[in-house]
Amino acid sequence: MTALLTVDDLRVTFPTRTGEVQAVRGVSFTLGKERLGIVGESGSGKSQTGRAIMGLTPGHAKITAKKLAFGDRDLLNMPAAERRDLRGKKVAMILQDPKYSLNPVMTIGRQIVETLKTHEKVSGSEAKARALAMLEAVQIRDPQRVFDLYPHEVSGGMGQRAMIAMMLVCGPELLIADEPTSALDVTVQLEVLGILDKLVAERGMGLIFISHDLRLVSSFCDRVIVMYAGRIVEELSSANLAEAQHPYTRGLLNCLPTIGSDRHPLPVLDRKPEWSL
Amino acid sequence: MTSALSIRDMVVTYDEFNALNHVSLDVGQGESFGIVGESGSGKSTLLRAVAGLATFQQGTLSVSGRSYSGRHRDKEFYRTVQMVFQDPYGSLHPRQTVDRLLLEPLVIHGFTDVETRISRALDEVGLGSGFRFRYSHQLSGGQRQRIAIARALILEPKILLLDEPTSALDASIQAEILNLLEQARRDRNLTFVMVSHDLGVISHMCERLAVMKNGEVVETVPRKALENREFSADYTRQLLVASEGFRRS
Repeated sequence: MTALLTVDDLRVTFPTRTGEVQAVRGVSFTLGKERLGIVGESGSGKSQTGRAIMGLTPGHAKITAKKLAFGDRDLLNMPAAERRDLRGKKVAMILQDPKYSLNPVMTIGRQIVETLKTHEKVSGSEAKARALAMLEAVQIRDPQRVFDLYPHEVSGGMGQRAMIAMMLVCGPELLIADEPTSALDVTVQLEVLGILDKLVAERGMGLIFISHDLRLVSSFCDRVIVMYAGRIVEELSSANLAEAQHPYTRGLLNCLPTIGSDRHPLPVLDRKPEWSL
Repeated sequence: MTSALSIRDMVVTYDEFNALNHVSLDVGQGESFGIVGESGSGKSTLLRAVAGLATFQQGTLSVSGRSYSGRHRDKEFYRTVQMVFQDPYGSLHPRQTVDRLLLEPLVIHGFTDVETRISRALDEVGLGSGFRFRYSHQLSGGQRQRIAIARALILEPKILLLDEPTSALDASIQAEILNLLEQARRDRNLTFVMVSHDLGVISHMCERLAVMKNGEVVETVPRKALENREFSADYTRQLLVASEGFRRS
């Protein structure tokens, strides 16, 4: 059986005035129908990895890889039209902030229907019915009302649920979630994660969960990749988080303040230059 | 216990909406006091009303024994109270160098030994004099927040209002900034009022905390109560559960 996604030696390079910046430097992993977490701080290349898989890297950047394949289809040498076909239909992405990533001048319902109509031949009434069913699946209590609302008329949690609905309506095989709950309130976060968790399990898709929060990712995913300066420094199964070897992973786990632990001052990361070699 | 900050029945309304609904708080001298709540609970509005950035319509505010009205604050107030904001990208002037940023409060308050004060302030937040003539876009998020803290501390205030000072930062940088704030508090015997949505951060930094919801204080508990789960409000428990992360049901 071929893996759902194969990434071998992925590199993303941005040309700048002061020379090339390598955002991702040789990332390799394979993904089946499982939940994979990618963790790292800002600038570690975790989002660029997700965007490269999705095909959303800015045009001036250079992407190279020994292999970047979705099933047995080569993503790198695929014509743009075919890639476009794949995006939204087979591979979907949830972005961080619903305030900025939903279209502000289109109702939520129309945006979901648009996704559906782009990829499938469906009648208007069927598209609407499916969109409503999807809104219900993300536990929006009054789908009929929310269908006709504009993104600015709903709360952050509701907006993020609408985005999940939009991304899952075509039944993708791979879902990339880039910090799906960072912009939400702590109390709403858990609700949205619960919905995402349930839908991913029910529909049996592969999930790449990108986040800066190591604990959250490990509680949500089966496997965790830790990135630092564009490279994978460690790969762990979530259950063995406590046995992390790399000093960066250990440092990340240690530096969080928790209730009940009295550590003053907090341990801080002592960044070694050899980590980013 | 003498109060550094005392708020009685504070009401802030925007048109019809009550952002703060009869909030009363007392923060002791040298205490570190936390405020938690979800967005829209009024926690930031409370800090802004204290700092004079939002007008309060009813209630009283007294700082170190002096009372202040809804809007007007004099220079003396800002010598005593300074604020650090959430977003280090938005709270520093993009066209001013660090030197200029730190100079402005000193000039306003008529300090004369600006040279030594600026270099001391930079040393204190762990940035060398090499950062002095940089613009804020040439700094990382953590470095910017250090500058924002230096700007607040340069007037040697007694009370520091901290509005989510680390929520825009990476976890590893957050630890550094929290350590820096604790160090500054110890060295200068500062009073902190810190707002955050992260119970972990609040319980690390603060001795007492208030839980806010819908513009009201739900309850005020000491740090120990969080550890032993001795609180009465259901909402506090919800926040605590949320802070423990995702659990598959």
